[in-house]
Amino acid sequence: MSSALIDLVWQSTLETLYMVAVAGILSTLIGVPLGVLLYVTRPRQILAQPIINTLLGIVTNVGRSVPFIILLVAIIPFTRMIVGSSIGTNAAAVPLTIAAIPFVARLVEGALNEVSPGLVEAAQSMGATPMQIIMKVLLPEARGGIINGLTITVVALVSYSAMAGAVGGGGLGDLGIRYGYNRFNPTVMLITVVVLVVMVQLFQSLGDYLVRKSDHK
Amino acid sequence: MISLDNVSKTYGSGPGAVQALKDIDLQVPKGTIHGVIGLSGAGKSTLIRCVNLLERPTAGRVIIDGQELTAMDAAALRQARHQCGMIFQHFNLLTNRTVYDNVALPLELMGQSRQAIRERVTPLLEMTGLADKTTQYPAQLSGGQKQRVAIARALASRPKVLLCDEATSALDPQTTASILTLLQEINQQLGLTILLITHEMEVVKTICHRVGLISDGRLVEDADVGDFFTSPGTQLGREFLNDFLKLEAPQALIERLEPEAGANTHPVVRLTFSGDSVATPLISRLAREHGIDVSILQAKVESIQGRTLGLMIAELMGSASQTRQALATLESFDLQVEVMGHVQRPD
Repeated sequence: MSSALIDLVWQSTLETLYMVAVAGILSTLIGVPLGVLLYVTRPRQILAQPIINTLLGIVTNVGRSVPFIILLVAIIPFTRMIVGSSIGTNAAAVPLTIAAIPFVARLVEGALNEVSPGLVEAAQSMGATPMQIIMKVLLPEARGGIINGLTITVVALVSYSAMAGAVGGGGLGDLGIRYGYNRFNPTVMLITVVVLVVMVQLFQSLGDYLVRKSDHK
Repeated sequence: MISLDNVSKTYGSGPGAVQALKDIDLQVPKGTIHGVIGLSGAGKSTLIRCVNLLERPTAGRVIIDGQELTAMDAAALRQARHQCGMIFQHFNLLTNRTVYDNVALPLELMGQSRQAIRERVTPLLEMTGLADKTTQYPAQLSGGQKQRVAIARALASRPKVLLCDEATSALDPQTTASILTLLQEINQQLGLTILLITHEMEVVKTICHRVGLISDGRLVEDADVGDFFTSPGTQLGREFLNDFLKLEAPQALIERLEPEAGANTHPVVRLTFSGDSVATPLISRLAREHGIDVSILQAKVESIQGRTLGLMIAELMGSASQTRQALATLESFDLQVEVMGHVQRPD
């Protein structure tokens, strides 16, 4: 394996990590509150708002139903507005974030749904405000489930980021397609796949470790 | 201290509506332990949830310590709930908080300082026997220990009232006894008013001063525990009592019972003694004065809130006139006599 190839793989690995990190952090910052909102506005929940809940649910579902490769090109004007360019690694991070937000939101909503309603009731009996219930009961009690959901999101982002090549975003998936597939170089293809497998394993193990560490159920 | 005034609760509306509570009037004076007993689905849970407005009553007023909760806005209600601790059947502890942090939660919600919280939580953990468990998580505790944490947590905000929702129903008998003892100590030492709901007569017998019986959303009895155990006022009350005392005639006898007296029959009676009649040597007196034999089929003595309750099922063996006189004698005493039926004399 030439040093040029090693450089290329290293460069692509950093690009993938960069896109996954940016999209992972931003989608967490936006997706977690959205997931909380999806949960607490449900009927009979602490901030029941059936109409808002239905609207949020529709928006979330639309976001999740658009295939990523289409989303990637469909929101190019938006991407250009945000990062000033429609090509490159930063430009790929925008659609990745947009795709991951509803994904995170639904996983967070699901994790909150696993919190026993009795705990919310107990907090209400102590005179907790809805905000206190969210911050001191729902989120801490769903911590394990939320970390689990974020791990799934990061792994999905690694996989989605392979499509970033379509907008010149680079990354391991792009490397595999261009050098491995288009130029019939099975070695490059194999290396990219191995690096991706190792990366996903590491993310999953880290996620599992954090769940074990944070959850006392 | 707690006053429910014509409280009703209806779920849903129109023809599908379910009326869970119907015109409940309930007074719990300061410092008493009031039990509410009933079958599953009778409305017990709804009742206790209406006291701190976890369920908002459809009609009626809830007044705690002179404050009408039903007239308050959300913010005032949250303040009032600090006066009103609650414990639950399944404990409802936060699994990701230690024992200490669980007990600290209500104080955190009130915005108290770390220092103030420590000064309150530490003695509470000592009082509830959890001083060595402070850094453990609920998953590491037994059911009884979890309920102790829940009790400490409920007391943290120095409430005047403690609501117990089936607090011992998930616990084994020994643990139940220890939790009931703790509740009794809290009641006596802190003068806390306790309203508890349960389906276990044992709980009522052990710690309650008064008991209400709820059936199909209505409070059908509300009596001193001693009175309820000696003479329940309703059929359902008697069923609870019989079930609790397990004083049933043997099956073989029930099959032989005939409703009407015949030429060759003996009456079978159920006697309920309470108060002074317990001490009367009644059986030997019947034998001596009326010349009959008394065959005791079942008997039991219970002590309830300092009052003694005796129950007996007996067959009175003698001629028709002897047994008639014996029954008259029995009825002249301070006890309840119920003729369950008649059995054929053995030939």
